[in-house]
Amino acid sequence: MVERAPVLDTICHAILIAGALLVCVPLYFAFVAGSLTIAEVQKVPLPWLPGGQFVANLQAAWAKADFSRTFLNSIVVAVGITAGKIAVSLLSAFAITYFRFRYRMLAFWLIFMSLMLPIEVRIVPTFEAVANAALPLQWLADMLHVADFWKWISGHDVTITLEWNMVNTYPGLILPLIASATATFLFRQFFLTVPDELCEAARLDGASPLRFFWSILLPLSVSNIIALAIILFLFGWNQYLWPLLFTTDKDMATAVIALKNLIPRSDSEPAWNIAMSGALLTMLPPTMVILLLQRWFLKGLIDSSK
Amino acid sequence: MNASSPIASAPIWPESPAVQVAQPSGLARSQHPSPGATVAEHSPVTPRPIRARTPKRGQPDREPGLKRANFGREAGLPTLLLLPQLLILVCFFFIPSLRALMQSVLLSDPFGSNVQFVWFDNFKALFASGEYRQSIVTTIWFTVTQNVITLAVAVVLAFASDRVVRGRSVYRTLILLPYAIAPAIAGILWAFLFNPVVGPLAHMLHALGISWDPNRNPNDALWLVIMAASWKHICYDYIFLAVGLLAVPASLMEAAAVDGAGPIRRFFLIALPMLGPTVFFLAVMNFIYGFFETFAIIDAVTHGGPAGATNILVYKVYVDGFINLDLGSSAAQSVLLMTFALICTLLQFRYFDHKVNYGV
Repeated sequence: MVERAPVLDTICHAILIAGALLVCVPLYFAFVAGSLTIAEVQKVPLPWLPGGQFVANLQAAWAKADFSRTFLNSIVVAVGITAGKIAVSLLSAFAITYFRFRYRMLAFWLIFMSLMLPIEVRIVPTFEAVANAALPLQWLADMLHVADFWKWISGHDVTITLEWNMVNTYPGLILPLIASATATFLFRQFFLTVPDELCEAARLDGASPLRFFWSILLPLSVSNIIALAIILFLFGWNQYLWPLLFTTDKDMATAVIALKNLIPRSDSEPAWNIAMSGALLTMLPPTMVILLLQRWFLKGLIDSSK
Repeated sequence: MNASSPIASAPIWPESPAVQVAQPSGLARSQHPSPGATVAEHSPVTPRPIRARTPKRGQPDREPGLKRANFGREAGLPTLLLLPQLLILVCFFFIPSLRALMQSVLLSDPFGSNVQFVWFDNFKALFASGEYRQSIVTTIWFTVTQNVITLAVAVVLAFASDRVVRGRSVYRTLILLPYAIAPAIAGILWAFLFNPVVGPLAHMLHALGISWDPNRNPNDALWLVIMAASWKHICYDYIFLAVGLLAVPASLMEAAAVDGAGPIRRFFLIALPMLGPTVFFLAVMNFIYGFFETFAIIDAVTHGGPAGATNILVYKVYVDGFINLDLGSSAAQSVLLMTFALICTLLQFRYFDHKVNYGV
């Protein structure tokens, strides 16, 4: 602050209060609606004060959306995406910064290309890839004319059909969302700032590359890993489109998808109180993450957008 | 970034990604707002970070992005380390992308039994269809409006929170909250607020004599999803602008103040232009968000309706591919969207150019 400007400061406070209200009003009304009975929630206008049904509605929403199962799914998917992406990225970033091998630049550019093509733009072919993960092998077989070759050798007519369906499995939910390179670049940028002396000293002491990675590089990366893990956890928990395509089996739905089925449609009973309780429940874990780990969250958000 | 950064613990506000001018003064300003700071304290010349340009031992032909101290020419181990990443990318990124490209020039029936090569007929059919052109218009209107609202609100909030000292962290925390909320949930919250039967805000609109019904009126539906999408994304723009503002040199602001420029004038003439790259970056990110990530809002709130009023492009890819099973057309749409995403990425790298030093 350069000068005193009480009027402007008051206006600024007013702006910020308006901003905070903008955020809080939808949440407050969700809370109010979530604490009313179904008869009360349909009354117009909606009361300004919460009713006494909050816990009962939470229980109803929990049962109706099968949250005990879908929360578990969400946790598995979010943690799986987080752990998988970080592990895979750390390894490949280590490889492209610390080794001088022939295909280094090719590998770099292959990873680089995947940086910013969101999964939403290629849902249909990705779905096919997951519905039959053995498809690349099948192509390979077709391309190399394995069947013809077999016929030529043995005289038997064969058709090769490989199938490996990952729909309604955790890997099917997790792996396609790991396939982008943002985290790799974050770690690469970070590794480039690690002092060279550490690696030289480790080599002088006779440490193998993996030993250096495990005992020196990994401990140095902890703060980056935590920050990134928070962002990836939020990303995984809040996924929508990809889990939506997999809800053929209700037991594999994530919490956000299960919540979607609680929204009243025009032909159903307008149980907005249950829907809003469910919404509050579903947003609780990521909100707690942001509230409790705010400084890490900010670091992760800004690092991962670079 | 200097050599000591890896060991340092995370600061409350991480070092600015956006504007790298005079971070020390920016960070100092954030923690100890000192009204009496003199201009002389802050050198206007940003000290360049001293980069190790020492002669390299042994390896004169350095490759970009390779550590000077590396593990030499080993082929087996790095390949092994890269394998998981590359396998996943090939299976779930490269092959699907190529298949989209292939399918966009093929015509196949829903069961895949009859496939024909049709050149660019799928694309021609797309641009000939009024529905698709309508979807393009809707998407542009949706993303541009969302972009403008999000950036405008975020700029105002960032300006205000940069001036306010008391309660700053409380405001900041509250404004950040929507980041935690899934787009689908944000959509549901707003759908409830503006539900024509039970929604409290819709009730207020009705009381004001505005006939509001997003289930019937296409315009209302579009505004509903724009509001939900902006509400969810303001926090993102806000964070980057707030961090960027911290990095604006206090000396510049003070010099301008001495010359008689008021706070608002300083903001628009000094701080905002210095944040230019950040604003550009955010605009691109907002476009990406609006094009792709708002799928959940559309699907949870309007299902693209009424009468296709909120049928944005990415939603149409989903509907045509998974519900109407028109694979060729859906693939052609995917390819067009990919092109758009690539353009956005390239635009972003123009911004990254100044940031990412591949030679370090």
